[in-house]
Amino acid sequence: MKLSYLPGCTLKTKAQDLDLSTVAAMGALGVELEELPRWNCCGTVFSFADDDLMHQIAPVRNLVRAQEQGGEQLVTVCSFCFNTLKRANLLVKENSDKLDTLNTFMDEEEDYKGNVNVVHLLEVLRDEVGWEQIAGKVQNPLKDLKVAAYYGCTLHRPIEAAIEPPNKPEALNDLIKAIGATPVDFPDMTTCCGSYQAVANPEIVINRTREILTSARESGAEMIAVSCPLCECNLKENQKELGELRMPVIYFTQLLALALGVDSHLHQCEQNPADARPLLESKGLIDACSATYI
Amino acid sequence: MDAVETKMIPIYIMGQRYEVPEGLTIMKAMEYAGYQYVRGCGCRGGICGACGTIYRIPGDYKIYSALACQTAAEPDMYLTQLPFFPANHVSSDYAELEGVPEDIYKLYPELFRCVACNACSKICPMDVPVMDVIAYIKRGDIEKAAFEAFDCIQCGLCTSRCFAEAPQFHIMQLARRLYGGKLAPKAQHNAEAAKAVRDGKFNPMLDQLTSMSLEDLKKEYIEREIEPETAGDEWKPKETKWLLEEYLR
Repeated sequence: MKLSYLPGCTLKTKAQDLDLSTVAAMGALGVELEELPRWNCCGTVFSFADDDLMHQIAPVRNLVRAQEQGGEQLVTVCSFCFNTLKRANLLVKENSDKLDTLNTFMDEEEDYKGNVNVVHLLEVLRDEVGWEQIAGKVQNPLKDLKVAAYYGCTLHRPIEAAIEPPNKPEALNDLIKAIGATPVDFPDMTTCCGSYQAVANPEIVINRTREILTSARESGAEMIAVSCPLCECNLKENQKELGELRMPVIYFTQLLALALGVDSHLHQCEQNPADARPLLESKGLIDACSATYI
Repeated sequence: MDAVETKMIPIYIMGQRYEVPEGLTIMKAMEYAGYQYVRGCGCRGGICGACGTIYRIPGDYKIYSALACQTAAEPDMYLTQLPFFPANHVSSDYAELEGVPEDIYKLYPELFRCVACNACSKICPMDVPVMDVIAYIKRGDIEKAAFEAFDCIQCGLCTSRCFAEAPQFHIMQLARRLYGGKLAPKAQHNAEAAKAVRDGKFNPMLDQLTSMSLEDLKKEYIEREIEPETAGDEWKPKETKWLLEEYLR
């Protein structure tokens, strides 16, 4: 299976381990992610203003690229890219006048016809691959590993862009189960990490991190799995401010790659208080799969 | 013998109609019309970027660009030159730059205002995919940005069109400089040759030349072996001892 893939800017800079582990894991599952030959920044956040079509050009141009590639689905794994692209797609699918305006403006591109579906990698794993298939391909079951699935905001909000019913977050839990680990429910699974308040009001993000980590720990989790590079950054970096409250943070794709016996690209986690490697070593999971540990 | 009559065409320079001979470049046409260049003209060879020009054709909503020295004037062109466009140029100490994307982000944070409108690529007279270059920089790919921006001649037309008010041509130049000086693999043979110069390996050759009489020098010059114009890469002179690799051996 071959699917169009837009990694996003952050996955090419600060979150390369998310990009690389995603491509490696999907390869092991027989899914080739074909990166769009030309793509631009998605815009990062969806613009709320009704008449602000200028900020819909960037996401819609990426949808044109997916259409050019012949893909019916455009896969993203960055939660921000997913949310921005999916909502822009919904906007132009539901408002043909706005799509006309954008197509007329982008006169040198082929018209976007509105037929591309934006999907998050978790949806691909659930709907195209299937949890049982994944479980069947696991080489190194992540036994005795209690993982809190942290979905953050943008996979479930707003409801029309959600990967599943927002009051029933399951996809990441199901994946954690499929790879042999134990998913841990906790009260803050879909709360906000503070997002880009990290820039202007870091204390908000420190407080959010404290609450999320405490709630995960009190629920029995040993590790937090995330999909969003900004959640990952906030939950990791702020542990430097939180003394003894330590909790490894890892991209779910790294756990998946580890379980599938391909390179999980954990080596980029070095020198971080939330480094996942010591825990994985203590469980014998990294040694059990030496090829992934560089 | 009848005189050959040159066909005249109308063009509009800053709104004023002029009749100019068909087949001239925009630059020659402007000179024919009476304009004298002080600025807005440099190499006349399509390289210096001084003669960026924008024009429209009646009945067509699109805006077009050209280099005045490289593009033939066409009938009914409405044109103006834009030889300079003010752009934010941030000075930096090259030695202190690390060759990382953050170098560019710190100096030109406005590049993140890009909304991918693509007006920059559309106006570029050198067909540089400017929007894509900015996208490569956003995702930290300085090498790709440098290669894609290679043809940029700093005319500034991209910046004149930028919705995000970004100085693309300065940003792209910085990307090329970072790539060329800090990221591209160094040419080892070049370093070896430079070391040979510093070590005085070429001094005997120069001493021999400077000690020759003028007559002998002229004789050597006239009798020198010249590489034929049609010579391929494999061509070597009959006397090979002066070839760099032979000489330094």
